[in-house]
Amino acid sequence: MSTIVDPVDVAATATSLLRFATAGSVDDGKSTLVGRLLHDSKSVLADQLEAVERASLGRGQEAPDLALLTDGLRAEREQGITIDVAYRYFATPRRRFILADTPGHVQYTRNMVTGASTAELAVVLVDARNGVVEQTRRHAAVAALLRVPHVVLAVNKMDLVDYAEPVFAAIAEEFTAYAASLGVPEITAIPISALAGDNVVTPSTNMDWYGGPTVLEHLETVPVVADPSEDPARFPVQYVIRPQTPELPDYRGYAGQIASGVLRVGDAVTVLPSGRTSTIEALDVLGQAVDVAWAPQSVTVRLADDLDISRGDLIAPAAAPPATTQDVEATVCHVADRPLKTGQRVLLKHTTRTVKAIVKDIPSRLTLDDLSQHPAPGELAANDIGRVVLRTAEPLALDPYADSRRTGSFLLIDPADGTTLTAGMAGSAFAEAAEAAAAHADDDAEWDF
Amino acid sequence: MTTAAAVSQGTGDADNPYALSHLDALESEAVHIFREVAGEFERPVILFSGGKDSILMLHLALKAFAPAPVPFALLHVDTGHNFPEVLDYRDRTVARHGLRLHVASVQDFIDRGELRERPDGTRNPLQTVPLLHAIESNRFDAVFGGGRRDEEKARAKERVFSLRDEFGGWDPRRQRPELWQLYNGRHSPGEHVRVFPLSNWTELDVWQYIAREKIELPAIYYAHEREVFARGGMWLAPGEWGGPKDGESVETRLVRYRTVGDMSCTGAVDSDAATIEAVIAEIAASRLTERGATRADDKLSEAAMEDRKREGYF
Repeated sequence: MSTIVDPVDVAATATSLLRFATAGSVDDGKSTLVGRLLHDSKSVLADQLEAVERASLGRGQEAPDLALLTDGLRAEREQGITIDVAYRYFATPRRRFILADTPGHVQYTRNMVTGASTAELAVVLVDARNGVVEQTRRHAAVAALLRVPHVVLAVNKMDLVDYAEPVFAAIAEEFTAYAASLGVPEITAIPISALAGDNVVTPSTNMDWYGGPTVLEHLETVPVVADPSEDPARFPVQYVIRPQTPELPDYRGYAGQIASGVLRVGDAVTVLPSGRTSTIEALDVLGQAVDVAWAPQSVTVRLADDLDISRGDLIAPAAAPPATTQDVEATVCHVADRPLKTGQRVLLKHTTRTVKAIVKDIPSRLTLDDLSQHPAPGELAANDIGRVVLRTAEPLALDPYADSRRTGSFLLIDPADGTTLTAGMAGSAFAEAAEAAAAHADDDAEWDF
Repeated sequence: MTTAAAVSQGTGDADNPYALSHLDALESEAVHIFREVAGEFERPVILFSGGKDSILMLHLALKAFAPAPVPFALLHVDTGHNFPEVLDYRDRTVARHGLRLHVASVQDFIDRGELRERPDGTRNPLQTVPLLHAIESNRFDAVFGGGRRDEEKARAKERVFSLRDEFGGWDPRRQRPELWQLYNGRHSPGEHVRVFPLSNWTELDVWQYIAREKIELPAIYYAHEREVFARGGMWLAPGEWGGPKDGESVETRLVRYRTVGDMSCTGAVDSDAATIEAVIAEIAASRLTERGATRADDKLSEAAMEDRKREGYF
C-alpha cells in the first residue's frame, strides 16, 4: 500500500478496477465509513474538505461532517438523508475503485439493487451494539439475489463495545451462517470503527486480537477477474459496422461487448435466434486485429459467411448455445412507483434486444426481512421483490442469472412512456445451496427463492 | 469461504492472462455506451467544446465505429468568449475526420435580444438557451456530454443515460434506476437523453488515457506564458469579454488550464508543466479539484451545478 507509483508511467499505473457497493441502515455510520475511505485514501481534496467544513460550521456542527462529502443533492442536505445511489471514485497505487454508495432506507431497496447490479463486492455495515438486524438480513439477501461475488461484513462502532472480540465473533458467526445459507460465495468479516478510523484504512491498535485485513486492504486485494474461459462465450450484437467506402466496400463487422467467455478466430459459432452457423474470421479490439478476446472487451467480430445479422442477435459457440424461450420465469425487483400487475403489457430489454412481453403471472412476493413468501400477490409495488412469469413476443436467448449476470438480466419497460419498471433475473433466485437448505426446512417446504 | 481470520492473498491480477487494466475497462465501457446510442437513437450528437473531455469522447467514438466514420455530428455551444487556440483545434479536428459541426452561438442570441448579458460578464450560464434551441431545432434525441461523476457532487448522482424533459430539465428524484449495463433510452417526442460515456472516469484517468493514446490537445492545457489578471482568486485571461476592469492589473505568468470553457469563468493555474508527463505528475500531486481550482461558475452557490442541471445545463 505504501508503494510509490509514478503516475506518469501508464504501464505501472495500469491497475485493476473494482466496482463495489455499500449498504447499511441509516445510523450504522455508512456515510462516515465512505467519507473515511475517501478521506484516508487522500481522495478528498482540499477544496472539497473546505466546503464540508464551511457547511458543517454553517449548521452549527463543530467537527466536519464527512457525510456531507457524499450527500450531494439539495434535498439530501436539507433532510440529512441520502435519497439516491451516488457513484464515488478513489484510487490507491494498487487499484482503482468505483463505489456505488446506496442509501440504507427500507423504501430504497431498489437503490441497493441498482448499486449491487454492477458490484463485484458489497460492504454490509452493522452496528456492533445492535448486531444482525432485519435490515442486515435484507442487505445480505439483496447481495445474494444479485449474486455479488464477494461480501464484506463491516462490524462498525467497535469503539462503543470496548473493542470486545466476543461481540464481533458472535455477529460475524451469525451473519456468515445466514449469508452462506443464501449462497453468498465469500464473506469476510472485519471489526471497524469508522468514526475513530480503526481497521478502515489503518490497522487498529485497539483490536490486537484481529489478524485480518483492513477494509481498504481487502478492497485492494480481493480478486476481481474471474476466469472467463470457464464460461461459454456470449456476444450480443450491438451495432453493425458497414463503412461502404471504396476501400472497404464489403466490410461487415458486428460490434458489441463480449458478455461472457472468450472468442477466438476460427471458432464455430451459432447466431441466435435464427440458428444459422458460421466461423469467426476476424476479431478487432477497437481497431486492432487480435486472435482472442474476452469479456468484458468491446470488440468487432467478422464472420466467414455473409449472414443476415442485426442488433439484438446473439453470437454464441456452436457447441454451447443458450436455450431460446418465449416463456421467462424470473425473480424481479420492482423499481417504479406505479405497480406491476398480472396481465400487464410491457417491453423487455435483454442485452441489446427489446421485445414485447406480457406479465402472465406473479406467483409470489418475497419479504426480505424473513425471506417468507406471499403467494399470488396480484401486483408488485415499488421496492417489492417477487417471482414473475412472462411470455415474450419473440424468442430470447436467455441464460439463467446464476450463470451470467449479463445475459441473465433484463429490464421491464413501460411501452407508453419508457419508464423503467422492473429489474429481472432469469431462473431461480438464490443459489441451489439455499434451495436445498429451504427444502430441508420443516415449516417452509414451498420456499423456492 | 474466507472468514475473519483469513489472511488476504494478494490480487493475482497481474498473473491473470484475462486481466484488463482500469483504462481498458473504462474504454470498453465507454465504447459500449456509444454503440448503444448508435443502435437505439435516430439523431444523436456529440457536444464538443474543444476541451479534453470532449476530445476524449470523440477519440472513443472514432474507435467504437472504426473502420467506419463516426455516425454522429458534433455540436459546439459557442459562448463568444472562447480561447482562439481551442476554436482552431475544433476546426482542424472537424476537417481531419470529415465530421459535421453544428454551432449554437450565445452571441447570436444576445444580438437578437433573446439573451441578456449578465452583470458579471459570465456567459457560461447563458449557454443553456442556445443548447436547448439547437437540440430542439435539429431534433437531436441523444446528446453526448463529457461530464464525469467525479467532477462535482451533483454529478455523482447523474445517470449514464439521463432523460431530459421537453424543457431540457433534470429532476434527480425522477431519474430511472440504471441496472447492470442495460441502458434505457426510451423517450417521448420532445424529450431527449443526455448520455455520459465518461461517467466513471476521473480527471487522472482522462490524462493517463490521453497520454497512452497520444491524443493531441489544444496548447493551452500545457504551461505557456500568458497575460492574466487576478479576479476572485483565479487567473483570468483578458479579452473583450470584460476583463480586466479598473483596479485589476495584467501581468505575464507561466500558466496552464485544467479545464477549457468560457474565458470569463475559466481560470488558469500557475504551472510549469509543459509536457503531458509533467501535467499528470502535477494533477496527481494537486490538492485541489479541477473545478474547485478553476471554475467560477461552480462557486455561485452550494448547489450551483445541481441548479443549472435542473435548467438544462450539462
